[in-house]
Amino acid sequence: MAITEQDVQASEDAPSVNYLNNGYGLKSWLLTKDHKRIAVLYIISISIFFALGGLFASLVRFELMTPEGDLMSSDTYNKVFSMHGIIMVFFFLVPSIPATIGNFLVPIMVGAKDLAFPRVNLLSWYVYVVAGILGTIAVVGGGVDTGWTFYTPYSSTYSNSNVILAAMAAFMAGFSSILTGLNFVVTIHTMRAPGMTWFRLPLFVWSHYATSLIMLLGTPVIAITLVLLMLERGFGFGFFDPNLGGDPVLFQHLFWFYSHPAVYIMILPSMGVMSEMVASVARKRVFGYEFVAFSSVAIAILGFLVWGHHMFVSSQSTYAGMVFSIITFLVAVPSAIKTFNWTATLYKGSIVYDTAMFYVYGYLGLFLVGGLTGLFLSSMGLDIHLHDTYFVVAHFHYIMVGGQVMGYLGGMHFWWPKITGKMFPDIWGRVSALLVFLGFNLTFFPQFILGYMGMPRRYHVYPDEFQVLNVASSMGASILALGYLVPGAYLTWSIFKGPKAPDNPWGAKGLEWETTSPPPTFNFEETPVVTEEAYQYGPIEEH
Amino acid sequence: MADDHHGPTVRIYLAVFASLMFLTALTVWVAFQDLGMFNDVVALGIACTKATIVILFFMHVKYASRLTWLLAGAGILFLLILFAFAMADYVSRGWLGMPMSQYLQ
Ligand code: HEM
Ligand SMILES: [Cu+2]
Repeated sequence: MAITEQDVQASEDAPSVNYLNNGYGLKSWLLTKDHKRIAVLYIISISIFFALGGLFASLVRFELMTPEGDLMSSDTYNKVFSMHGIIMVFFFLVPSIPATIGNFLVPIMVGAKDLAFPRVNLLSWYVYVVAGILGTIAVVGGGVDTGWTFYTPYSSTYSNSNVILAAMAAFMAGFSSILTGLNFVVTIHTMRAPGMTWFRLPLFVWSHYATSLIMLLGTPVIAITLVLLMLERGFGFGFFDPNLGGDPVLFQHLFWFYSHPAVYIMILPSMGVMSEMVASVARKRVFGYEFVAFSSVAIAILGFLVWGHHMFVSSQSTYAGMVFSIITFLVAVPSAIKTFNWTATLYKGSIVYDTAMFYVYGYLGLFLVGGLTGLFLSSMGLDIHLHDTYFVVAHFHYIMVGGQVMGYLGGMHFWWPKITGKMFPDIWGRVSALLVFLGFNLTFFPQFILGYMGMPRRYHVYPDEFQVLNVASSMGASILALGYLVPGAYLTWSIFKGPKAPDNPWGAKGLEWETTSPPPTFNFEETPVVTEEAYQYGPIEEH
Repeated sequence: MADDHHGPTVRIYLAVFASLMFLTALTVWVAFQDLGMFNDVVALGIACTKATIVILFFMHVKYASRLTWLLAGAGILFLLILFAFAMADYVSRGWLGMPMSQYLQ
């Protein structure tokens, strides 16, 4: 999009006090109640954990370059992949979009001055930080080796690593997300601007509403499950260890009751980002707005009924497995609705090939593969072969990294001018999207084949014939890493040297584009009044 | 809080506290009685009663808005989903009439 003279003019007329320059001291940040500043605090903290988790991922990929276990011992390898998973899931992916972009945008998009409970919002960040510190202590003090799934009775009885500390860290991180979810639900219900009816809400808000429901309804279950685990490990209560009269499969039920819905916590927000970006790059209202909105809620609810698909080979009853399998196939429908509707939105749109568009394309491709391979795994018969192989690893990385991380990065680019008030060089944005897309596919596509050929996950020694694909995967990982480092560099550069951003650099619709870049502390000079549906882009000229 | 005058009074708090204490004592006493198949039912029944009292009065749900009722109700509904589906597994495990190891081969 060309930035016109007038835009620049407009932003120079804007009031000079915004949320960023309204107070500079450390205190003004650490005690802030401004949702936008808290979002920035979250961006910084999750970036640290993303880097740490990425470090562990590189160690895994280094080790897997050769069939022998030459870089580290089996015990160390167990710790490395466990800490990769725990950090990425609980400290990066769950808060990734909601606590950062969501925190920043939900109040602005509904036309409110802040979230309903600004202090609770700050509290959620502090809880997250304490959780992060506990997690770091667990890592530095010897690590954990249970995998991110903490399966019993290994975790509760046999493991010699810092299970209690790590579980405690995950438990607290969960509470921080409950607080965020609570804030979103109350804000969306009670603080919408005049005229902002439910069906005028941007789809980003709908997807965050659905995410918040899962956070509220699911997270307490994982919290109590981790408490049971700690009680068994610490005091010998018999919940899960058969020697103590418990049932290890019960842990899997409790764990997946949260963790399957949690995978939707890790994808729904990025679906919201996609809806906003698709409408903006195609200059069209999202096709089938109501369907996309309701599919988020459908995912949130149906997502609670499918957890047994993680347990097909766990001694779970075959009959229960059949029910879980059927419902799992059903839950793919709302995801498919979204994918089809985004594609339909692009159809006959007036497409702008900028950074956002590149991320939209990348996301569509990767999410499609991730979602469809989920259906392979939902078939009980096929899953006996594929369970706990690299096929599963590839499946969820396509969604969590190809989907959510792609959505996070895309969204960070899309709203970067709003958050920082600075423009980034668009060409570099496109380059980074390409690097991520190529690096990602080179890393994870070979893993589908490896898994199909029978390479189990979580082992660091493997037969020679798997080496070529593993080396390909490790090479891809280095390109992927570059794809993450490059935006880190030019986005940071733009904060100091980038040109000033106009209020609406992409010519997009939405309340966030009507306020200044960066927004004032209370978001709007005066409370906005909403008079039209979301995404009312004008008619598209024929070419 | 602004709507404190809708909240429970000190008397209600004391009554709730007393009933919780009474039910706790009852739990302990019941634990020593053999009620056959009703052992679990009675223990869980008392526990649920206590939880309900806590949710309604100590957590102020009784005095809260309809939205709060909806969310609290949703929480209970989803808890029931957890129980129902997990029990569906336990109940139907034996139906195939052979041990797991056999039909996995
Ligand atoms: C289209 C809908 C989806 C279907 C049908 C589906 C299906 C499945 C199935 C059946 C498994 C179990 C495989 C096994 O362990 O043998 C699985 C694993 C997994 N899926 Fe999905 N999935 C879907 C979407 C997602 C999404 C959206 C995410 C994340 C954002 C996700 C993340 C995961 C993870 C993390 C695992 C593996 C967990 C572990 O064992 O460590 N899936 N999926
Ligand atoms: Cu799942």
